[in-house]
Amino acid sequence: MIVKLLSGDRPRSKMLSAVLLLILFGLLFAPFLFPGTRSLDTAARICIFIVLVASYDLLLGYTGVVSFAHTMFFGIGAYGTAIALVNMGASYSAIALGTVCGALVAGAFAFVIALFSLRVKAIFFAMMTLAVASAFLVLVSQLSGFTGGEDGLSYRIPREMTPAFKLVKEKVLGVRLNGKLITYYVVFFSSLCLFLVLLRMVNSPFGRVLQAIRENAFRAEAIGYKVVRYRSVATILSAVMAALAGSLMALWLRYTGPATTLSMDIMVDILLMVVIGGMGSMYGAVIGAVLFLLTQSYLQNLLGLLQESLGSLPIVSEVVSPERWLLWLGMLFICSIYWFPKGIVGRLRGT
Amino acid sequence: MSDSLIKPRIERPSLSQTIEAKAPLLLVPVLMVIGLLAIGSGSTWLTLTAAGLAMGMMIFIMASGLTVIFGLMDVINFGHGAFISLGAFAGFTILGLLGGWIESPSIALNLGAVLLAVAFAMLVTGLAGYGFERLIVKPVYGQHLKQILVTMGGLVVTQQLIYVIWGPDEIVLARPAAFQGSFVVLGAAIEKYRVLAIVIGLALFVAMRLVLNRTRIGLLVRAGVQNGEMVEALGYPIEKLFLAVFMVGCALAGLGGVMWGMYQETITAHMGAEVMISVFIVVIIGGLGSIEGCFIGAMLVGLLTNYTGFLIPKLALVSTIMLMGAVLMWRPQGLYPVVKAH
Repeated sequence: MIVKLLSGDRPRSKMLSAVLLLILFGLLFAPFLFPGTRSLDTAARICIFIVLVASYDLLLGYTGVVSFAHTMFFGIGAYGTAIALVNMGASYSAIALGTVCGALVAGAFAFVIALFSLRVKAIFFAMMTLAVASAFLVLVSQLSGFTGGEDGLSYRIPREMTPAFKLVKEKVLGVRLNGKLITYYVVFFSSLCLFLVLLRMVNSPFGRVLQAIRENAFRAEAIGYKVVRYRSVATILSAVMAALAGSLMALWLRYTGPATTLSMDIMVDILLMVVIGGMGSMYGAVIGAVLFLLTQSYLQNLLGLLQESLGSLPIVSEVVSPERWLLWLGMLFICSIYWFPKGIVGRLRGT
Repeated sequence: MSDSLIKPRIERPSLSQTIEAKAPLLLVPVLMVIGLLAIGSGSTWLTLTAAGLAMGMMIFIMASGLTVIFGLMDVINFGHGAFISLGAFAGFTILGLLGGWIESPSIALNLGAVLLAVAFAMLVTGLAGYGFERLIVKPVYGQHLKQILVTMGGLVVTQQLIYVIWGPDEIVLARPAAFQGSFVVLGAAIEKYRVLAIVIGLALFVAMRLVLNRTRIGLLVRAGVQNGEMVEALGYPIEKLFLAVFMVGCALAGLGGVMWGMYQETITAHMGAEVMISVFIVVIIGGLGSIEGCFIGAMLVGLLTNYTGFLIPKLALVSTIMLMGAVLMWRPQGLYPVVKAH
């Protein structure tokens, strides 16, 4: 049953299974294990980023295509839901419509970009997506009548999903069962389903072809698979998945703006998560996202402590200042590309 | 047997073929004319055209390094933007130290300060390029995917190092006194600094063409672009050539960074990554690896950005993307694709 749910793609390492189970249960019981708004927010972000990073891995790790437009698709999903909620009021039909439209638009965009650039070299695609995504970001920031511009959109979601709604009067296990909790579980279970769908995709015959293309595109073509077609489909699927993750983000934050969905910083974050977690394995996305987001929240505290103890040395204390956490992750990123290209998952599996 | 049976036949390209081959050269004047028609007012057009050409020249300076590096080594350096920022910060440090020279009305002192800043910026970015090539790019020659990822990592780390050295705040610095203000030509105001940018850009383009086409080094570089293995087989140290070109490319990024910084009068660690968008568009339009294509692409992007920035401000960046799409539909490899003999 479990093997079937995982599409036969077992973790293949005791250590990895243990870590994954820990993450699963940690996220499942997050509201009870780690009470407090900030930790619940971190948990929800982890769920959403797992889907986002996994969908990026479908492209980068499985197909071997580097795209810098993933945040664009993420943003399209988020803005789809947000715009529907703003214009149609807080209703479930608005959420459904916005999510579907966002996913469709993202898929269509991905199709157009794929048409233009997948025929040529990987480098071309990377540069092209970077340019298009940046232009999209600028455009969204400027069309303030439609997207709220730099300020973004704030909106209301159905009452049952807000903290004001109480499921039970009393606290259960010291936690208020309110609408925020319901939203968290909506995010959690949607993310879980999307992740399992992605796992299904990469372990299907289609996924095998993608891996063949990654290993040797010329040979895959010679065997009779249309490489361009497979690459385009992979691009579209990953864009749709990213858009769905974006819709979840819009639902969770009740706010959508360029900085939370479209910015290049998020793109870099996703890259770091995929590579550090492990390219070419969906579990890598899980580990990468969890590690990165926890680091983002807690490495800063650690660096702060370090800085205090090193306070007297001028340059060194700058290097370990809490704001420089990205410096350390960036170095880890470069090192992992050289010395363990399969990331943490590869290490745990001992390959 | 008479010899007259075998006559050498020299194929002359037909007129349409000649036009087809030279067509990219016409793009810039065509765009200028369209701009004039759309804008209507001659003096406004002149101002915008000067601004567009100046912007194009600065983008060309930054993009030329990237495109030559790609042509020669098949490496796209996604960290190129970091060198732009690094150059700007290094140059501004010198300008900051020479505050007295900048404020003085003497053109000689002003120019001296700018030249020193440029020299220092190019030195710093050239040396940084050495480190970058040895540490980050060299281990992944020939593997595109890893190259993109690792140079992106290099970009992140370099940006963070800029924060470490210069602090997290942006630096604001006025241009040297001699380059503030503008000339008035035919009723159109043309900023002095833009004229300087156009002069430097043109000089660089001419110099690059001369070096590539008239010198032994240039010959080797062009041969390396076509077939690196063959150059190596003939006994030339291609690896040293790679390294030298990489350093020169990074130094050019530094030069572009200082100029862009003085143009904006504000610099941030992110500025390089932001300009890189236009740089990538230019390189794609021109055809990866081609200096001439890069030059034409940069002029087109500069002009189009300024024209649309005046006509429909919201679409300035999007219009360049559309230009890129149009060019790619016409020539899928860019205006002047570099032919590689593999």
